[in-house]
Amino acid sequence: MARLTINGKTLELDVEPDTPLLWAIREQAGLTGTKYGCGIAQCGACTVHIDGEAVRSCAVPVSAAVGKKITTIEGLAAGGVLDKVQKAWVEHDVPQCGYCQTGMIMAVTALLRRKPKPTDADIDAAITNICRCGTYQQVREAIHAAAKA
Amino acid sequence: MSTANMDRRAFLIRSAAIGGGLMVGFRLPFDAGEAQAADAVPEVNAWVVIQPDDTVVVRIARSEMGQGTLTGLAQLVAEELECDWSKVTTEFPTPGQNVARNRVWRDFATGGSRGIRNSQDYVRQGGAAARIMLVQAAANEWKVPASECSVSNGVITHKPSGRTTRYGKVAAAAAKLEPPKDVPLKDPKDWKIAGKPVKRLDTADKVTGKLVYAIDLKLPGMLNAAIRDCPVFGGRVKGFDAAKAEKMPGVKKVVRVGDSAIAVAADTWWHAKTALDAIPVEWDGGDNAKVSSASIAEVLKAGLDANETFVHNQKGDAGAAIAKSAKKVEAVYAYPYQNHATMEPMNATALYTPERCEVWCPTQNGEAALAATAEASGLPVAKCEVYKTILGGGFGRRGFTDYVRQAVAIARQMPGTPVKLIWSREEDMLHGKYHPVMQARLTAGLDPKGNLTGMHIRLSGQSILASARPEALDKGKDPIVFQGYWPSGEHSLEYTIPNLLIDHAMRNPHVPPGFWRGVNVNQNAIFLECFMDELAEAAGQDALEFRRRLMADHPQALAVLNAAADKGGWGKPAPAGVHRGLAHFKAFGSYVAACAEISVTGGNKVKVHRIVAASDMGHAVNPAQIERQIAGSFVYGLSALFMQECTVKDGRMEQTNFDTYDSMRIAQMPRVESIVMPSGGFWGGVGEPTICVAAPAVLNAFYRATGRRIRSFPLKNHGIVMV
Repeated sequence: MARLTINGKTLELDVEPDTPLLWAIREQAGLTGTKYGCGIAQCGACTVHIDGEAVRSCAVPVSAAVGKKITTIEGLAAGGVLDKVQKAWVEHDVPQCGYCQTGMIMAVTALLRRKPKPTDADIDAAITNICRCGTYQQVREAIHAAAKA
Repeated sequence: MSTANMDRRAFLIRSAAIGGGLMVGFRLPFDAGEAQAADAVPEVNAWVVIQPDDTVVVRIARSEMGQGTLTGLAQLVAEELECDWSKVTTEFPTPGQNVARNRVWRDFATGGSRGIRNSQDYVRQGGAAARIMLVQAAANEWKVPASECSVSNGVITHKPSGRTTRYGKVAAAAAKLEPPKDVPLKDPKDWKIAGKPVKRLDTADKVTGKLVYAIDLKLPGMLNAAIRDCPVFGGRVKGFDAAKAEKMPGVKKVVRVGDSAIAVAADTWWHAKTALDAIPVEWDGGDNAKVSSASIAEVLKAGLDANETFVHNQKGDAGAAIAKSAKKVEAVYAYPYQNHATMEPMNATALYTPERCEVWCPTQNGEAALAATAEASGLPVAKCEVYKTILGGGFGRRGFTDYVRQAVAIARQMPGTPVKLIWSREEDMLHGKYHPVMQARLTAGLDPKGNLTGMHIRLSGQSILASARPEALDKGKDPIVFQGYWPSGEHSLEYTIPNLLIDHAMRNPHVPPGFWRGVNVNQNAIFLECFMDELAEAAGQDALEFRRRLMADHPQALAVLNAAADKGGWGKPAPAGVHRGLAHFKAFGSYVAACAEISVTGGNKVKVHRIVAASDMGHAVNPAQIERQIAGSFVYGLSALFMQECTVKDGRMEQTNFDTYDSMRIAQMPRVESIVMPSGGFWGGVGEPTICVAAPAVLNAFYRATGRRIRSFPLKNHGIVMV
């Protein structure tokens, strides 16, 4: 059993402490917006926030997240109102297949919290998620738009 | 055309987009009551359902994997329907319903950039027929001739009296009418919804995490399965010891899947995978275990000199023309195996009972998935059903049904229990349907004035059809191998060369090949378009001028090449340290060209700054989505060029994840400037064509920057990296 705080709710989850946080989020907490892509922290599809920092949840054991504030994509839209990054994503029609986009959005929201007006170089350094459809051009546009919003 | 009410319960997945919002609900066999409540509305025809509140549900037969076909097809139906675009939603009919209704939706297969171009005529007719019926229903109610009525935005007006009604009010009456026989279509010049850069219909739930991909599916009582297939292709399980795994947390069953795989079913996928990893398996790879990339390369190399080949494009006497030419140029190229690496790994959920088998899966080919379900379950097609989801990437991989068969084979051993099979990324990398390997020798002759007198392209390598669809071979020949080199058709060669021979020595290693976004145009464009630059240099001519002289009879291809070259600044000074490269090709019925600008530091660090990409696809259904597909094509094409190779050792692939099989990140993305220039009169593809010009445009620029002509790939093997 592990007690995790996800999107403001404290959950008692029946999970071994060495289970990757990704799978506890998907399978025990039932939040499937966080995606499995590689399992080795390479692709970023599983990105969530732990205490506000973007983290690749496939490489974090549940035990390391106990007592911390976990936010998933489902927790981003406060009270059903889209975050400005999500809004920019809709406005710029960013997703193609969309599978990597929830992780991408979580990485971007963490970046904007740290650097509200990121330069292209800041984006290049911070956003290393893989998108196989190749939405990067729209992602960059939408990040700058969200920073201005 | 049947107008009978269909079993709406079969529409398992409905995506409804109103005002840009998307709602996806899973209609499960378990919640039939809720589903039947929505059954009150009969369809106007197979393509169109209109609800009393004027919501228009457009049925989409093709798969949506990011390429935007769902939105484009809905635009085409809505255009002819004259409905309010803000009220359009979509849903996927099921393959089982298609079979039961005599294939009323025709082909479900989504590949070869055919989703829109091969169905545009009959989906538009579906929208137009529905409009005619809806107007007739209003006219009948008013007892006036339909010719006195007009329609706009789903509002029907009787012009003489000024009376109006809405689609939602007459849809039920329209559903009872005979479908019209004569269904004229609009001239695309009059389009108001199609041809416009409208937003995608499937975005909203993709940014909130609400969209349920197949990998996210949950069914009551469902188990999760992890699988390991023999890493040596064609090998089998010799033995395994499940004693420890069977006692591990959550494990319900360890099963064999055919001769070659074992799987663990558990309460969660993480438990299944952890237990699977704890099972020692002894494999029998057979003779295939002796195969390596080097041994495959030797076989292909021998094919370059083979006497027996398949000839696909021949004119004059290329050999004689080259022999007597003033200058002979020769180059040998090699292209590697590559994995699709869809972001969503292969997965499928199956529920089997002796009476029925149902599968939920991200497939590019619903009907093939249904056939696979029937075969793997041993049940007739009529007792099987497949429910499609939106795919987390496809790129050709999901036209295959191997993962569906596996899921059914596992579920069959646990009747009544739904089982979701998810491949690990490692399994996905080890059991791809790989971009085939190909080598090529190009030989050409120039006369003293630098005119091209003859060319021979000898391909040696793997046929996809021989493995995936042998029935489609043409007396043993695989025409797909020659994409971009055809004498005519959607993959025609867009040069006039006086003496020409293009032939193929088919060499099929044991590695399973597959269709792969662009597939054979990718290497064929590299071979030809890099060689054209080599020839231009040998002839002492500008690379663009040299091409133009061979393209007098190819005005559409020339227009696209000129557009990319002009906007790209060809012939004008480039910024200091920046070098340009050009390429063009015809692929999937469309004309595409690119002008790349790169700089190279330290001889090996390549920055691709800007790419101007022009495309003539005949009709542009959604220019904004086309621009996104074009930009994305450079990510797929340049990742392949710089980074991606699956190498064979001991009969199996060596790369198992993104750490050894990399893909471009945002920092490496060039600025892509798209020129969408539809010239009308034909329907070309969009999702794949541009990929093939990405690599040769950059390679030609790289040569100008460094003097190095690279002819084997990926570039990482030469120490060249993308920055």
